[in-house]
Amino acid sequence: MSFWRKVFAITWKDVLAEMRTKEIISAVLVFTLLVIVIFNFAFGTSPDVVKLVASGMLWVTFAFSGVLSLNRAFVMEKEEGCFEGLMVAPVSREIIYTGKMLGSLLFLLIIEAIALPIFAFLFNLGVFSWQLIVIVFLTTVGFVGVGTLFSALAVNTKAREMVLPILFFPIVIPIIIGAVKASESALSGGSWGDISSWLGITGAFDVIFLVVSYLIFAFVIEE
Amino acid sequence: MKRYLLLALSFTLMVVSLYFVFVWVPTERMMGIVQRIFYLMVPTGWLTLLSFLIVFIGSILYLVKREEKWDILAYCSGEIGLVFTTLALITGSIWAKPIWGVWWDWGTPRLTSTLVLWFIYLAYFLVRSFASEPSRGARFAAVVGIVGFVDIPIVILSTTLWQGMHPPPLIFQEAGLDPRMMLTLQVSLIAYTVLFVILLIARVLLKNSEVDIRYLKEG
Repeated sequence: MSFWRKVFAITWKDVLAEMRTKEIISAVLVFTLLVIVIFNFAFGTSPDVVKLVASGMLWVTFAFSGVLSLNRAFVMEKEEGCFEGLMVAPVSREIIYTGKMLGSLLFLLIIEAIALPIFAFLFNLGVFSWQLIVIVFLTTVGFVGVGTLFSALAVNTKAREMVLPILFFPIVIPIIIGAVKASESALSGGSWGDISSWLGITGAFDVIFLVVSYLIFAFVIEE
Repeated sequence: MKRYLLLALSFTLMVVSLYFVFVWVPTERMMGIVQRIFYLMVPTGWLTLLSFLIVFIGSILYLVKREEKWDILAYCSGEIGLVFTTLALITGSIWAKPIWGVWWDWGTPRLTSTLVLWFIYLAYFLVRSFASEPSRGARFAAVVGIVGFVDIPIVILSTTLWQGMHPPPLIFQEAGLDPRMMLTLQVSLIAYTVLFVILLIARVLLKNSEVDIRYLKEG
C-alpha cells in the first residue's frame, strides 16, 4: 500500500470509531458552547465590549476545545489496547502520526464549523469572511500538528490530562497571538493585506511543526 | 587543575566586570543610574538562549545516540538555564519599573518572549517528573527540548509583531553606545558565559555521581 492509503486507513479507523461512539465531537461541542455562554456572562454583551473581546473569546474557546479533543486522541487507543495494535501493524511511526493528525484535524474543524455560526448568532457578529475561514484553518493545523505529538506523549505519563495543556499552550502561544490579531482585523472587515504577516507566521509555524513532529513522533511512542 | 584555572579566570573576569559596571563606566544620560542593570540583563538574556541551545543539541544527540551523557548535559544545562531565565525576568522587570513606570510591560517583546521560554523550560522539567520511569522521562523531555527550541524564533517574531513594530535594532549596532559601555557589556558577557560554563561542568559532574549512586543502589 502506498503511504497515503495507509494514512487514510488510520484516519478512517478514527472516523469510524468516532461515528459509533460520538465521544469527542459531542462532548467537546457541548464544552465549547458552555465556554461561549460563560464568556457572555463574564464580559456582558454590549456591542462595544463584544467588538473589543470577540476575537479573544473565540480563540480562548478554540484553544480549550483543541486541548480537550486532542487529549482524547490517544486515550481510547491506550485504554482499549489499540495502541499495541497500531505499533505492531506494518506501518511506520510517521504514518501513524499523519493518520492520527488528520483525524484530529477533521474532528476539530467540524467542531469549529459548528461553533463558529453559533458564536456569530449569539454575539451578533458577521463571521463569514474568507479571511476568518483561512485563519481558523491555518491555526487549527498548527494546533493539531504539535498537539498530536504532545497528546501521544501525555497519554504515556502518569498525569495524562494535566500534561497536555502544560506542554501545548506555551508552544502554540505564537499562533494564538496571530489568530487573535488576524481575527480581530477580519471581524472588523479588514483586507487580506492587514493580516498577511500573521498568516505568514502561522503558515511558517504549521510547516515547521508538522515537519518536526513528523520526524520525532517515533521517539514518543517507541516502547 | 583545569577547573581551578577556569575558576580563577571566572573570578578575575567577574571582579573586572563588577568594577567596570559600578565604578568605571559612565552613567547613561537619559536613564541614569538604573541603566547599569543593563550589564546584568543582557548576559542573563544571552545565557537563556545559550542554555536552551545546549538543551536542544543535547536532546537531539540523546535521541539519536541513546547515550545517557547527552541527556545529562541537556538536563543540567536546562536547570541552570531556568535559573538564568528567572534572573532575566527579574532584572527585566526591575529595569522596566523606573523606565516605563510598571513592573511588567506586556508591550516589551523581549520580556514577554522570555516569559514564554520560562514556561517551556518548566514544561521540560514537569514532563520528566510525570514520566513513570527515568529513561522514558529523558526521552519525553528531549522531545520537549527540541520542539521548544524550534519555537523560540517564532515566539520572538510574533511577540514583536503583536506589539505592532518591527524588530528593534540590536543594541550592538546603535551608534550612540559609548565605547566604554560597549567594553563593559562585552566583559560582562564573557564573565557570565565563563560562569555558566563552570556551573555547567560542576552540575554535570554532580549529576554523574547521582547516576552512579543510583546504579549502585539498584545493584
